[in-house]
Amino acid sequence: MNQLVYLIPLLPLIGFLINGLLRKSLSKSVIAIIGSGVILASFVISLVLFFQVKSSGGQIINYFNLINLDKLVIPFAFQIDQLSSLFLLIITGIGFLIHLYSAAYMHEETNEHYGRYFAYLNLFVFSMLLLVMGANYVIMFFGWEGVGLCSYLLIGFWFKNDNYNYAAKKAFIMNRIGDLGFLLAVFWMIAKIGTVNYTDVFAATSNFSSADITAITILLFIGAMGKSAQIPLYTWLPDAMAGPTPVSALIHAATMVTAGIYMITRSNILYSLSEVTQHLVAIVGLATALFAATIAIKQNDIKKVLAYSTVSQLGYMFLGLGVGAYTGAVFHVMTHAFFKALLFLGAGSVIHAMHHEQDMRKMGGLKKYLPITHITFLVGCIAISGIPPFSGFFSKDEILAAAYAKNPIYWGIGVATAALTAFYMFRLYATTFLGNFRGSHEQAHHLHESPSAMTIPLIVLAALSVVGGFFNVPEVLGGHSSLHQFLSPAITSEVVHEASHSTEYMLMGISVAVAVIAIVIAINKFSKKPELQDAQGFAKVLENKWYVDELYDNIIVKPLNSLGSFFKNIIERRGIDGMVNGVGKLVNYSARQLRLLQSGLVGGYILFMVLAIIVLIYVWINDNHILSFFYKYF
Amino acid sequence: MPIQYYIILALVLFCIGIIGVLIRRNAIIIFMCIELMLNAANLLLVAFSKMHNAAATANNTNVGIEGQLFVFFIMVVAAAEVSIGLAIIVMMFRNVHSIDINFLNRLKN
Amino acid sequence: MAITEIIFWFLSALAVISAIMVVLSKSPVHSVLWLIAVFFAISGHYVLLNAQFIAIVNIIVYAGAIMVLFLFVLMLMNLNKETEPQKNLWMKLTGVVSGGCLLIILISLVRQATEIKGKIAVTKTGDIGLIKVLGKELFSSYVVPFEISSVLFLSAMIGAVVIGKKD
Repeated sequence: MNQLVYLIPLLPLIGFLINGLLRKSLSKSVIAIIGSGVILASFVISLVLFFQVKSSGGQIINYFNLINLDKLVIPFAFQIDQLSSLFLLIITGIGFLIHLYSAAYMHEETNEHYGRYFAYLNLFVFSMLLLVMGANYVIMFFGWEGVGLCSYLLIGFWFKNDNYNYAAKKAFIMNRIGDLGFLLAVFWMIAKIGTVNYTDVFAATSNFSSADITAITILLFIGAMGKSAQIPLYTWLPDAMAGPTPVSALIHAATMVTAGIYMITRSNILYSLSEVTQHLVAIVGLATALFAATIAIKQNDIKKVLAYSTVSQLGYMFLGLGVGAYTGAVFHVMTHAFFKALLFLGAGSVIHAMHHEQDMRKMGGLKKYLPITHITFLVGCIAISGIPPFSGFFSKDEILAAAYAKNPIYWGIGVATAALTAFYMFRLYATTFLGNFRGSHEQAHHLHESPSAMTIPLIVLAALSVVGGFFNVPEVLGGHSSLHQFLSPAITSEVVHEASHSTEYMLMGISVAVAVIAIVIAINKFSKKPELQDAQGFAKVLENKWYVDELYDNIIVKPLNSLGSFFKNIIERRGIDGMVNGVGKLVNYSARQLRLLQSGLVGGYILFMVLAIIVLIYVWINDNHILSFFYKYF
Repeated sequence: MPIQYYIILALVLFCIGIIGVLIRRNAIIIFMCIELMLNAANLLLVAFSKMHNAAATANNTNVGIEGQLFVFFIMVVAAAEVSIGLAIIVMMFRNVHSIDINFLNRLKN
Repeated sequence: MAITEIIFWFLSALAVISAIMVVLSKSPVHSVLWLIAVFFAISGHYVLLNAQFIAIVNIIVYAGAIMVLFLFVLMLMNLNKETEPQKNLWMKLTGVVSGGCLLIILISLVRQATEIKGKIAVTKTGDIGLIKVLGKELFSSYVVPFEISSVLFLSAMIGAVVIGKKD
């Protein structure tokens, strides 16, 4: 089986090449089959690999030396262990469902764009697989950059719309800021211990001073902030909604944003050595979770709500990472991948039915038109709200329990965020599916359930959202924490918190109760009379996302712009252009003057010849003096 | 006579020739100054020839003869050069009715 | 002072003065005549150095043929007016100064040179300058250049005719 490992990333790459190069000549169905087929094949291989890892453990497969410089050797190697095989399953599995869904969702595009879309999608999956499978930070960085690039391409997929292009650029730039941190961390490692292989780095932690570890982990965390949309680099993610809805699902559920979580989990040995960074991660995660949840309450765009919900859930995962519950974070990544993909695809189905209308205020009462979408969406909402026995409950509970063990305040804010989450998700659900239809007559006429290529992924994901939690039922509820046991070889720094069963029951009870109350309030409030008017007062601040974009605009973009125009108008025009033009003018002027010497008079030429001879003879006589003069001064 | 005397005499003549070239505008005079310079060089060659001949051993009497042969060839070339040069000056006089070299500035354009 | 030295200095003075007069004469014809005087002085030096062949050839070719050619051209164009346009004073001064500089620098070079310290150019004796010796050499070792020089003459002759032809 090991010899097939390289096929996992290679197949999507081949799919990318075929779809990308032949997109004009292939028919849509061929494109869709190739695009989805390669991912399905990767999924099958990943599945086999997963069971193999489960039975016989992980390993590192070396292919060749990517960089071989003196003492620095960076191999091109894949690390297949418990952690990466689990991520492989999530990426290829969810990725395949999204591909399948896209085949129907994007069917209105022309052949060329259809092929382009699938090519990007395959490249995206390829990059993410590379990121996860790499056995060192450099390979990870390749994938890291690759997903950044693909997100740029996909967010700006409809490139004729300028706003979408701006969103794509924003995503790219925000990611670049994070990538710089990542890159610096890698350089730091190379400078300190001269290797970037995970195993070598983790074995050599004693060679780092504690300041080194703190610096490296913080720099890596900055990278994760960019990729996984944490404060302060989160603003690109909601804007990334500009891309086609399945892309949003792919970015938010299976790939890209989970990269930061994966990277920190992978580096858990480093992180557990730095108390400072752990606190930082936990606080940033918590702040992001709460902050994004408050924004989500007042958004009216169905995808924006989901986007902020993703940011908020990612904050949860970072909270988990910060308090040492690495398994909990990974578990939440998994369940979140299920229900967030489900929610996005469901939203896509709604948008598809509404003819690309995304404003919730113009929906309502879709329950009876889109029965399958409705049921699956409801499952997703319940799952994300953390109602047992749906998957979200288990993963969220695990993180909250770990947070409580670390610091009850963390737990309190986490529960508040959970309540907010339940509230805005059911606000979304109620506004969209309950009540009466508020759209135009024409839209009402065309409302229809989506084709089966779209509903089947929904059903599969809904099923996974329901049962996903049972992979890791905690001991207190009679389970075996099987994910913990599975991942324990890869995550060696897991913080095991000891709490009595009664405490755990109480924590679960409180969080579930709070969520249920929030759901009831939301349904009561929004199913009958949704808020259609514009928000006032504080709600307006929330609707405008705390004006963070405007803040960034004012403190970063505008000064940069004025600096740029300063450089352009003053430095460039006066300084550099002036220098270049000045040289030109000088040459021109001196040429004009020197031209006068070319009088055409023979006498003048002879005179210069004689003078030159004099100088040459003088130099020849005195060459020792002149040479020593030159050696002395030059 | 010490060879330096001949060298300095030749140099003086040569530089007088150069000065003549530099300060006169009459093409024929300039040409004559060039001949003067050539003759200075010839004188020097002959003087060196005799110098080397004296320095050589007695049984090889032909040492240094190349210098005098060279003078002979220089005269040959000079004669040819003069004939061509004067022909050019005559032609120039026909065209511009002057032998002032400042009229020889067609190169400028 | 031996007679050789007296002749040497006399011929040198004659050559230099005549050369200066070549440059300074207003009339081109006078210049030509002064130049002939220079050639005679140089021929005298050749005789002093016992280079008889060169001395004779110098008088015949230079003083005879070439200078006559000059005179002939001057007469032909009737240029013996003293109306030659003068260069301006600055140009003359520059010319003299730069020529003088060249002279000074070359003389200093000669004074520095160690290879020629104490070397003598033999006067009055020696037979390499004799016609017999030179002739033998010329028609044995140097016969090819000698024949090529005849070709040079031929081409110069044709060239002169072509250039001087009235078209």
